[in-house]
Amino acid sequence: MTIDVRDPVRPAPMLPPVDVAPLRRARLRATGVQAACVAVSLFMALPIVLIGLAAVSSRAALAEFPKPLVPSEFALDSLLSFLRATGTLPALGNSVLAGLYAVFWSLVVGAPAGYALARHAFRGKDAYQMFILLVRALPIVVLSVPLATMFLRLDVYDTVLAVTLVHTALALPTTVLITASIFVSVPADLEEAAQVFGCTRWQAARRVVVPLALPGLAASSIFTFVLSWNELLGATVVTLGHRTLPAQVLTSLAEASVAYRFAGGFALILPALLFIFVMRRYLLNLWGTTLR
Amino acid sequence: MAELILRDLAKTYPGASTRATDDVSLDVADGEFMVLLGPSGCGKTTLLRMVAGLELPDAGQIVIGGKDVTYLEPRRRNLSMVFQSYAVFPNKKVADNIGFGLRMRGVPADGVRRKVEWAADLLQLRPYLDRYPSRLSGGQRQRVAVARAIVMDADILLMDEPLSNLDALLRLNFRAELKKLVAELGTTTLYVTHDQVEALSLGDRVAVLRDGVLVQCGPPGAVYDEPADEFVGGFLGSPPMNFLTGTVCTDEGRPRVDFGGQSVPVPAALSSYHGKRLRLGIRPEAIQLGDGGGLRGELQVLEPLGASALLTTDVCGQTIKVQAPATFRAEPGRRLALRLPVDQCRWYDPETSLLLEVR
Amino acid sequence: MRSRSPWLLLLPSLVLMAALFGWPLVQAVLAAFRDEGGFTLAHWQRLLTDPYFLPALRNTVLLIVIVLPVQLALAIGMALLVQARPRFIGGHFYLWCVPLAISELAAGLVWLSVFDNRGYLNSLLVSLGLSENGVQWLSYENTTTMLLTVVIAEIWRATSLVFVIVVAGMQVIPRDYDEAAQVFGASLGQRLRHVTLPLLMPSLQVALILRTILALQAFAVAQALTGRDFPLLVGETYEWYVNLRNPAVSSAVALVVLALSLGTALLYLRTVRQPEGAR
Repeated sequence: MTIDVRDPVRPAPMLPPVDVAPLRRARLRATGVQAACVAVSLFMALPIVLIGLAAVSSRAALAEFPKPLVPSEFALDSLLSFLRATGTLPALGNSVLAGLYAVFWSLVVGAPAGYALARHAFRGKDAYQMFILLVRALPIVVLSVPLATMFLRLDVYDTVLAVTLVHTALALPTTVLITASIFVSVPADLEEAAQVFGCTRWQAARRVVVPLALPGLAASSIFTFVLSWNELLGATVVTLGHRTLPAQVLTSLAEASVAYRFAGGFALILPALLFIFVMRRYLLNLWGTTLR
Repeated sequence: MAELILRDLAKTYPGASTRATDDVSLDVADGEFMVLLGPSGCGKTTLLRMVAGLELPDAGQIVIGGKDVTYLEPRRRNLSMVFQSYAVFPNKKVADNIGFGLRMRGVPADGVRRKVEWAADLLQLRPYLDRYPSRLSGGQRQRVAVARAIVMDADILLMDEPLSNLDALLRLNFRAELKKLVAELGTTTLYVTHDQVEALSLGDRVAVLRDGVLVQCGPPGAVYDEPADEFVGGFLGSPPMNFLTGTVCTDEGRPRVDFGGQSVPVPAALSSYHGKRLRLGIRPEAIQLGDGGGLRGELQVLEPLGASALLTTDVCGQTIKVQAPATFRAEPGRRLALRLPVDQCRWYDPETSLLLEVR
Repeated sequence: MRSRSPWLLLLPSLVLMAALFGWPLVQAVLAAFRDEGGFTLAHWQRLLTDPYFLPALRNTVLLIVIVLPVQLALAIGMALLVQARPRFIGGHFYLWCVPLAISELAAGLVWLSVFDNRGYLNSLLVSLGLSENGVQWLSYENTTTMLLTVVIAEIWRATSLVFVIVVAGMQVIPRDYDEAAQVFGASLGQRLRHVTLPLLMPSLQVALILRTILALQAFAVAQALTGRDFPLLVGETYEWYVNLRNPAVSSAVALVVLALSLGTALLYLRTVRQPEGAR
């Protein structure tokens, strides 16, 4: 009853057989890609595994040569003696404190600037951005020595505050750029709507923008913390007794035993594994695009 | 130039619950201009990308010029393509963009240059050959994309909504130019669009897709005149085809369909629908206004459209749109006589929405 | 009011950066050229006659010249692997990014466990019978192997940064360009040369500048692996300040680093720029 207005598909006399050679090529290529991925992953992961194994080897196992891949005897005494070594625990505390303070201050100082860049068009904006990029390019080593002198005079030398100041300044350009990109991605309409409904500009920013920007701000905070956790030169130069952990490890390196070095290295790496895991979704934005 | 055969192409994107294309079969003759038409998400672009080799089908076969290319890499298929976004390389000057495909094939430099100049003349790009695309307008970039595609002497020319990013006037002009160009070249062309006017104006044949299924394929006139189902009737034409539901009854031995007090005759072939419901489809421009006979509709809205006037009328609670002459004047509320020429009426089964044979 | 408010928001950051960057920079320049008696070049003379300075300069430049091209090639390759979307790419991506958060010092210590005389590499060589007592990779007599170990450690530590920048750059390139190149007959190599790399140029430029500046500041890797046997410029700053207690010479070395940083940045900006009008 119903008609088929579709063009009747002409029965093509002889269709050639399906050629699956390209599929085989594609599969081979995929295998190659996977093998390359595994190779790179091994290069990245193996050294961490090795130092981890070294850190949990007993002293006797560490002294063995040739060393087996898996230590003959596991023991936590290297790690424990590293933790018990003079200065380690206070240094750990200093590192955490300096990191947290730097996160706080870089956000308090940097986020408003980022907000201004994202929401306002004003004369001197380009100049300000240029200034920020220039500051990013300054090697910390140039600054650390005069900073140490300055801190000596201000009587903050060899304090967590001194390290905090250095790290805040270091993290500031990045914080400004990251927060600017975060605020750009929060629609200005929402904020204007809030103002229409009777919020002041400040209330609108606090009640509407901050909650939406929170995940990005958190990521930016971790970025600052990582920077502070890893920064070595500035922290070494502006402190003497109140070291951060990397500074402590660096200055003890010369007299340190092999066990201390491996345990210290592993202790410095562990947080890195966690940071990157927490941050993996934001990595591209933080280290990638906003660095321009 | 070559013939293109698609057989039972099926593709489901990873993570998707429905098929992007569902056993689509289509033959495109050598030199034919075939338009794939459908709303967004109907699978037309997926189909095009499978022909290009940018997606691989889960099942089915693609044959170009007698050679199986189902899984072949794109670069070995001897195709050329115009992208919706133009995809004109921003780092290459216009001349290098147009000659890109030839250079990749290893054509010597002077051969490339001759071809590039030929295409540039055809598309009025001569003055821009030394420029970078960032200094061209959108329309000029689209011309570069077309020029890049036509210099290839490819077996199949693929076009993915090439006009959709142009503004209305430019689109109208370039459409005619494109039609002339492709007709002169005589290349087998597969053209994807969601714009029914484009499809009707350009295609030797139009293939309408919906939800991954090929609904109808035929010359534009046939697809427009005899939509295979209500979807096609509603998708082609602006305003779309009218559809009215009525019940088949007999009056003096002749079958009629009754819309609730008013009725029109039904072809004898449909008398088996006696007592059942039936859908009438008719194009707004096929309805004649005039002297009695047919249906009476109450005018609700009159919209002057310049070249014509669009009337919205009410017939027994169902809406019929009528295209009237631009000079037509009437106040809302007036009752109009609508004549529905028998040869313009199409009949559809209310259950399946499919066109019913009446001859 | 409206026009003043952005500057109010910017003010704290400007003050902080001026105090912690601007002022110390001026001080650093002054310190390097001044002593009690006013202007002097004595610090520079002292620096130039120091037996460690020229090797440090040479090593720093050598390290950059070797490491950077390798990192760039490796990072582009890794980014292309990511673009191919193989299975488990999430896990691979995580591992490839881990070094981003690992400090120079930790990286040095990691590779110390490998290259140490009684480390994993020598253990492997000896147990495979390839060597009797292993190779003295880090001995001060073996400048080449020392360089090699520092190079490997730097590649391991800092390729992630280039990788992340390159991946981010690739993701903003519309896929259409690559697909167009494929359809128009370009092979993988041709697509890289004609499409991907040119479009990636801005990202590569950022990566190069950033990595060069950071590589100029590298020192803890070498410090952890070799002590002062493989001197680097920033290591010398540290040495002059912390161990030799001479801030003036230390500042002079730091200024050399600064000059090299600015110089390379300018060089890259000039040479790796896109042709006029492109993009």
